[in-house]
Amino acid sequence: MDVQLLTYIIVGAAFALYIAIALWSRASTTGEFYVAGGGVHPIANGMATAADWMSAASFISMAGIISFMGRDGSVYLMGWTGGYVLLALLLAPYLRKFGKFTVPDFIGDRYYSNIARLVAVICLIFISFTYIAGQMRGVGIVFSRFLEVDINTGVIIGMAIVFIYAVLGGMKGITYTQVAQYCVLIFAYMVPAIFISILMTGNPIPQLGFGSKLLNEDIYLLDKLNLVLNDIGFKSYTDFNKSKIDIFCITAALMVGTAGLPHVIVRFFTVPRVKDARTSAGWALLFIAILYLTAPAVSSFARLNFINTVDNTAYTDTPNWFKNWEDIGLISWIDKNNDGIIQYRSGNALEKNKPQFTSERGQYNQRLVLNNPTSNANEIYIDRDIMVLANPEIAKLPNWVIALVAAGALAAALSTAAGLLLVISSAVSHDLMKKTLKPSITEKQELLLARISAATAIIIAGIFGIYPPAFVAQVVAFAFGLAAASIFPAIVMGIFSKRMNQYGAIFGMLSGLIFTATYIIFFKFISPEYNTSEYWLFGISPEGIGIIGMIINFFVALFICAITKPPPVEVYEIVDNIRMPEGDK
Amino acid sequence: MNKEKINKYSYWKANLKIVSILLSIWFISSFGVGIIFSDFLDKIKIGGFELGFWFAQQGSIIIFVLLIVIYCFLMNRLDKKFEVSED
Repeated sequence: MDVQLLTYIIVGAAFALYIAIALWSRASTTGEFYVAGGGVHPIANGMATAADWMSAASFISMAGIISFMGRDGSVYLMGWTGGYVLLALLLAPYLRKFGKFTVPDFIGDRYYSNIARLVAVICLIFISFTYIAGQMRGVGIVFSRFLEVDINTGVIIGMAIVFIYAVLGGMKGITYTQVAQYCVLIFAYMVPAIFISILMTGNPIPQLGFGSKLLNEDIYLLDKLNLVLNDIGFKSYTDFNKSKIDIFCITAALMVGTAGLPHVIVRFFTVPRVKDARTSAGWALLFIAILYLTAPAVSSFARLNFINTVDNTAYTDTPNWFKNWEDIGLISWIDKNNDGIIQYRSGNALEKNKPQFTSERGQYNQRLVLNNPTSNANEIYIDRDIMVLANPEIAKLPNWVIALVAAGALAAALSTAAGLLLVISSAVSHDLMKKTLKPSITEKQELLLARISAATAIIIAGIFGIYPPAFVAQVVAFAFGLAAASIFPAIVMGIFSKRMNQYGAIFGMLSGLIFTATYIIFFKFISPEYNTSEYWLFGISPEGIGIIGMIINFFVALFICAITKPPPVEVYEIVDNIRMPEGDK
Repeated sequence: MNKEKINKYSYWKANLKIVSILLSIWFISSFGVGIIFSDFLDKIKIGGFELGFWFAQQGSIIIFVLLIVIYCFLMNRLDKKFEVSED
């Protein structure tokens, strides 16, 4: 069977499964809509958290990025898993004991202030929309490459599916579809990784294969990769390129940012007991680790395979996948030395890096670009996002594996999008309307409002997918930086310091937020030409600055709190209560 | 202070002790061996892996999972000891 038909069958079957689950688990109360009634089993919640967390970025982009960053890519591996330790030890059990619906709920009640609640709502909405834009791009890429439908149609199909289970099912529907989506995505990630590991090293466990010798050669895979890369002018795969302080800060900002992401935190409101919140953080990280331990292996396999297949190959002899990705515009070749053979070297092949294609074809039928060639010898532009999707084709795996990867990528993107939509809708209907603007609405009205805001958020997300804003890639640093500098410190101080009052929390959040946002906006948007290490504060890039924002938040909060009056007695009682697992919720 | 209050106080102190010990291990296993001391560890090779590289891309993640498992175990024991468990 050809790839496309197989992809239709596998993706179609997966979609049918998600819809069936959604119809079976409809939400009928606000409690079910926001937190699945608080009755989710810790293992199911662990899986749902894993699917919620592992987005199109984890599934599609991460291994590709690491494949080109080498050792520096460790920032994503440690950063996006280490945050779960913070989440489990510092946040999850206490927020579960607090037992409300949303993150702004906690901040608003603990700091007895609707201003604090509002600051949290704004951070949350900004973080979540930033993230969703990335998911929709992922959905668009998969549809256009594997199902050969127009990207816009792809996004609309994706929106329709999410609409059904997020609007009908709320958190309850989302949780159980996420469990199914986790199974699909992890299977789809592991199968090609195992295949490729066997093909390259003879070891069926990718995590070990990646440290083994190549099949039929007496050299370790990573040593070979370093040799090949040095040969064509790249630095070694296993060496750092960035400065250590920058690596340190980016890792820290991603960890703390992860622990402060509202759509992840809210998952721990859905389990029955405090004990379950702890256990389910453990399950979540275990399920996430399965993919995150495989990703760096996939990265090194893919880089070596890519060089072997592409470098020094005549364009006319390249395999089909090369030309397919070129047709979509994610690969480009410019024949600088007019020999008809592809040279892959270090440096950007094209001026302005991203190719701008013309409608014409060159003498080998390659797509021509408007960009001027750069002076180095590199002739290849490759978008990092395609490595995972192209990997099975590069390694010549059977067609059903390729179809499976498409279904896995869609599961990753849709599950995260749904989780994000839910926190946006609950922030609007619960925190903004019920708790702030119009406390008189009934539960039925609130539920209706939650559904309407979920539907509106889906439409906005879809528009982001169809007209992707050019700044998507730049704003990802924003989402983590803001979560690290605003939400995380406010919650941690709310639990671990009884004395922390509303003034400290509000000024802390605002100062962390303003510092981080200004730094990122300056280097990413206002003066990108200064975005190099010599101009950075202490050599910290905008990706890592959130950690400094967090430190500022803590200091400002503690200082302001020390010179203003302590919080009322009821707040001491709230804090005492959330610190103990037993007793009233 | 009455008995219930003392109990609450020592439970919270014991909790903080567990959290700070585990977070120190968390810091050492990621920032310590994966970044700060990684050049030194890279001189040691196990199979095809330089040790610092292995910690940064594999070892730290495995330790994170173990830390949460140990945390659950210690906290469940603590909850029982202070009779504050939910069941």
